[in-house]
Amino acid sequence: MQQFAPLHRKDNQSVRYLVVDDSVFARKNLIKMIEMFGGEVAGEAGDGLTAIAEFNRTKPDIVLMDITMPQMEGIEAVERIVRQHADARIVMVSSVGYQENILAALQKGAKHFVQKPVKAEVLYEILRYVLSDDPNAAGAPVALAGERRA
Amino acid sequence: MRMELIQPFINAADAVFSEMLQAPTKINDLSMDEETYRRKGVAAHILFKGDIEGRVVLDIAPEVAYKIASHLTGGTVQEGEQIARETVCELANMVIGNSVTLLNDQGFRFKVFPPEIHMQDEGLSGDHDTEAMVICIDTPCGEVFLNIAMHYMRRRRKERDAVAVD
Repeated sequence: MQQFAPLHRKDNQSVRYLVVDDSVFARKNLIKMIEMFGGEVAGEAGDGLTAIAEFNRTKPDIVLMDITMPQMEGIEAVERIVRQHADARIVMVSSVGYQENILAALQKGAKHFVQKPVKAEVLYEILRYVLSDDPNAAGAPVALAGERRA
Repeated sequence: MRMELIQPFINAADAVFSEMLQAPTKINDLSMDEETYRRKGVAAHILFKGDIEGRVVLDIAPEVAYKIASHLTGGTVQEGEQIARETVCELANMVIGNSVTLLNDQGFRFKVFPPEIHMQDEGLSGDHDTEAMVICIDTPCGEVFLNIAMHYMRRRRKERDAVAVD
């Protein structure tokens, strides 16, 4: 199994994640990766409405958010969370990766997008990148594959 | 049935299973089927409507679904009907999602409906005038079946736009 250097906040605490997906199986798969990255699961949700409540309750550092879910879809949940918490860091995780979907999510305030099936090394780099905007995050920003940084 | 419509599903299924299981997969068998579809295990049925209409069934034996779920979650799942259904639905979502992305990039627009588990033993009726393609994929966890029945409803957006300009 691939090894990853643990991702920490600047205060050396574990990064806390909220995992949102209507599939228990998909959540477990993401949680396995979070544990590989040295993270801590602050909460789980199976739909957008529960995700908003769990966000308010747990105040996670990162949200991993599916798009297609019952009751309230991920993009609407992103909009509502970001409206209340402008500094929320939300990474969309969806099997549907066409441009309209990605743009809609980013326009509503998501920080990044990763397509399922999620590759651990891709998610790791995205999390490092997203955390690099966090004043509490440790380490220098990293470039994503194919992406130039100044 | 046009191969250009089927190919994205085959490519997506191959990519999803080989990526998730971190091992190569092989297309074992590919055949046309005009009969109603009879499930072999846990079958997730996904409908789509728009420029292309039809349905895809992802069918996996429960023991194969447990193996896949166990592999992906580090052995943290307990065997049971619910986890088998969950696993098949999520895998179907991934295969369809990746296929839709490929077809969308080619200019097709259509709506995909959430997967429904097909439990009846009497078979799943195909779209009246559409034959289905059945693909058997050999994975390290066992065989996975994909049954695809679809047809064009409209011309692609670019073709329509070109006609409008003319």
